Amino acid sequence: MDFIKKITRRSFIKKAIITLVSLELIYVLVNLLKKGNQTTSSSNLFEAGDVDLFEKGKVYPFSTERFYLTRLKDGGFLALSTKCTHLGCTVQYKSKEDKFLCPCHASAFNKQGEVLSPPATRALDILPVSIHDGKIWVDTANPVKRNKYNRSQITYA
Amino acid sequence: MNQTGTSKAITKFLLHLHPPRVNAQAIKYTRTFGLGGIAVLLFVLLFITGMLLRFIYVPSEKGAYDSIVYLQQEVLFGQLLRNMHYWSGMLLVIVSFLHVIRVFYSQSIYNERRKNWLYGLLLMFLVILSNFTGYLLPWDQLAYWAVTIMTNMLSYIPIIGESLASLVRGSTDVNEGTLLRFYHFHTGLLPLLMVFVMSIHFWLVRKAKGVTVADATKKDMVKTNPELVYKEIVVALSLILLLIIFSMAVDAPLLDKANPLISPNPSKAPWYFMGFQELLLHMHPGFGIFIVPVLVTAFLIYIPYTKDININTGVWFNSETGKRVTIWCAFYAIVFTMLIIINTEYLLKFQQWAPDWPVLITTGLFPLLIYVAPTYLFLLFIQNKLKANKIELIMALVTILLTAYLVMTFVGSLLRGEGMHLFA
Repeated sequence: MDFIKKITRRSFIKKAIITLVSLELIYVLVNLLKKGNQTTSSSNLFEAGDVDLFEKGKVYPFSTERFYLTRLKDGGFLALSTKCTHLGCTVQYKSKEDKFLCPCHASAFNKQGEVLSPPATRALDILPVSIHDGKIWVDTANPVKRNKYNRSQITYA
Repeated sequence: MNQTGTSKAITKFLLHLHPPRVNAQAIKYTRTFGLGGIAVLLFVLLFITGMLLRFIYVPSEKGAYDSIVYLQQEVLFGQLLRNMHYWSGMLLVIVSFLHVIRVFYSQSIYNERRKNWLYGLLLMFLVILSNFTGYLLPWDQLAYWAVTIMTNMLSYIPIIGESLASLVRGSTDVNEGTLLRFYHFHTGLLPLLMVFVMSIHFWLVRKAKGVTVADATKKDMVKTNPELVYKEIVVALSLILLLIIFSMAVDAPLLDKANPLISPNPSKAPWYFMGFQELLLHMHPGFGIFIVPVLVTAFLIYIPYTKDININTGVWFNSETGKRVTIWCAFYAIVFTMLIIINTEYLLKFQQWAPDWPVLITTGLFPLLIYVAPTYLFLLFIQNKLKANKIELIMALVTILLTAYLVMTFVGSLLRGEGMHLFA
């Protein structure tokens, strides 16, 4: 415990002041850098269209809004983010193979967003879907992280 | 009026960076390969070309890519200017890395040079950070997706990862805000910080009485000017010449304008991070991006503070045994790393064999163990067979780590094609 003996009153005060000032500077800097986060609005509802427009068992791309709207066989809706959960590349829907493929590292996901092949370890993020007056609204600002698919994530008309 | 004290201030200042006399062994080219000096020269070149590029570059989502195209097509020598900056930046990463290797293997990081080793590691980190922040600025597909991949790697660090990644990007995605802060770091904060750390780095070299020499008892001193200065000028001029010729011949890459809707196939991080990206293909990100790098960094910092070692300061590889150990370990790491890469690619699928086990164990701990356990046995073998002592074992470990990273960088950037498949 040599280094404890070396601490004197003088050096303690000196180091305490330096630490405090550095922490304050770091705090200010981190808050400055965080500012960028707040420009995104708290919710951003996107109108995807009438419920009847979407056929059961099909996937509809909304590439500018960066999500896929999946209508499952039983009529339920899932909005899947296009962002691969591995390293953030944009996944593409391959209708022939009926799955989402990531071009960067070959992760694959099924229609519910479940992982079919690694390196991805989590299912695709989902965007909250709500249905009012027969229209589908997707909240594009608040993607929800999930590890696995379960039925509670589906929205029914 | 007597002006001898202050006349020719700039020349004298530059000459005073050196001591008046230097050891004849220290200025032999094979002593340092001039790597530190070359790094400084590249820094100066990058500073000058960077300052010029700032006149044209527009750091915004709309303007960035167009300003680069304008620079390349309309501005006199614009393309050459950008190429010079680009290739100097890439070369600086390589040269700094070689410099780190050189001081380590020539045993120049112990005793009074301990602190300077730490400042050197910090500088290496700053060089990589500068290169990486500059990578985004052209705002083409290459830049956009490399930075997307890299910042998403950060988000795998436990607990603080997510917030750290969005702190770096300023958002959940790479966007204009990210571009602006990368531009600021690249052209303002980082160079300033580097000048400051570099000053300390040089001063500490002077305090340690200059470059290490193999035989400190031989004190055959020669005049710095012209003996050393002459050599420095030859190296500097040749380097500038080669850089200009290379920049005239090879253009810096520029793909299509960044498009967040389409990821190119394959998307790769900058080449010096490809080792990490390769590691991530074989290992859970919590290990690949956090546990392994932290352990390696801690080890590198710890090296000069190791106790009970007999150092031959300035002697390459410490001894003949050390040389043999280094060669064996490099050989072992090349073969074994390749073997593991190919095996985990095609044969060893722990995640599929035991899908119910936590992924941290199946894709994290298992791959780590199948690398660490044989390596540990190999080090034991080296210790017994070649009679390696503590410092030579440290050298063995560093050699294995370095070589493994180089092999992974090589495989990731050159052997992986579409969909990141091997040999595709």
